[in-house]
Amino acid sequence: MSADGPMLPRLHAREHGDHPPFRYPDYKSTAARSPDQDLVSILATLSEATGPGPAWSEVSPEDADLTTNAGTGGVAIGARIIVTGRVLDAAGNGVPDTLVEIWQANAAGRYAHWRETEYDAPLDPNFLGVGQCHTDADGTYRFLTIRPGPYPWGNHHNAWRPAHIHLSLMGPSLGSRLVTQLYFDGDPMLHLDPIYCSAPPQSRHRMLAHYDHEVTEADWATGWRFDIVLAGAEATPVEQEEA
Amino acid sequence: MAGAGPGRPAPLGQTPSQTLGPFFGMLLGRPGDANMADESVAGERIRVTGVVFDGHGAPIEDGLVEVWQANSAGRYRHPVDDRDDLPLLDGFTGFGRCPTDHPTGSWSVVTLRPGQVPDGRGGLQAPHLNLVLQARGMLDPVFTRVYFDDELSNDDDLVLAGVPEQRRHTLVASRGDDVDGLATFHLDLHVQGEHETVFFDV
Repeated sequence: MSADGPMLPRLHAREHGDHPPFRYPDYKSTAARSPDQDLVSILATLSEATGPGPAWSEVSPEDADLTTNAGTGGVAIGARIIVTGRVLDAAGNGVPDTLVEIWQANAAGRYAHWRETEYDAPLDPNFLGVGQCHTDADGTYRFLTIRPGPYPWGNHHNAWRPAHIHLSLMGPSLGSRLVTQLYFDGDPMLHLDPIYCSAPPQSRHRMLAHYDHEVTEADWATGWRFDIVLAGAEATPVEQEEA
Repeated sequence: MAGAGPGRPAPLGQTPSQTLGPFFGMLLGRPGDANMADESVAGERIRVTGVVFDGHGAPIEDGLVEVWQANSAGRYRHPVDDRDDLPLLDGFTGFGRCPTDHPTGSWSVVTLRPGQVPDGRGGLQAPHLNLVLQARGMLDPVFTRVYFDDELSNDDDLVLAGVPEQRRHTLVASRGDDVDGLATFHLDLHVQGEHETVFFDV
């Protein structure tokens, strides 16, 4: 700490060229919901070098099995999948102990949400479609869930969202905030989806989960790998307890 | 890169942002998340409210506003803020979130008036909230700040000074009538258009 306040970590700027533009005409809702003005540069102060990740991770409980977390005593219907990977900072270090929140449609492509009223697909009383867990000391997270189904939406005629899982991460600092979507490698609908395609060609493949037979568990669930790289501050290693 | 292997390309850059869509409310911004400080927490409790508008002036009724702030002593609950001479307050994380209301587009948090935090240039910043706004139709989050119109220190704030003068007002909440005994500040957010809020490249 100095007279100017605490020592600040190195901050990695958001690489805007790797993220979607605010306005992407093929995704019609962006038209009136995208800023016209340029972003204003800002001093990197304590406000930008901190963020809610560490504090919020302390208060949020773990809940990583979406096949049973509806609490009904029943089991969700659909293809069981394990989704796992590492959360990394922009320098490639694992982000330990950080909260990962996910939400998704069920196997039929239906969300358990009051707004979802137009798509006549069945709800599954044993599937809420929400989960959360913390990364371990290595930055690894792991969920057991159901492979979501694709579903139609109103963007254009015969528009379908490819199967996807929403992920939300706070990360080490304010600028590491990330909400993204996980897609499945090999899905033939990806190139038709303006939300997937809004990410630039050189970076959109980073939103693909890849089948990994080492993650697959025999007679139980198929395994998918998905690593996540955040902007913002570099991760703080977890202090190791004395053996 | 650790963990790279067949079928698992090593990550070589930031994972792209995507919209949180219309269904995040199943998980993010649940009841209670917008009440950041109850009566037991030391400091002046305030309410901060506003409406989020799109470029046509229509309310954004399916957005998510997230708040990150220092406590009333000006300390962040974060490992980087190691100023142990300042207190951390039990029951106050400094984080809250509120989905915008359907159909009015309004949001509201009850929190502590934040203290001043260093600007890293030898001075102190004016009290402020850091805001992250997302919604269906927004492929990336936008970052802004909320300052308070009854704070004289706004005049000395380096971040405000870095914003073109004619747009500074988009960052300053106005104190109105108290609600339920709480000082209440109001600031609308305009994602686009004539009154567009200043968004920072955090």
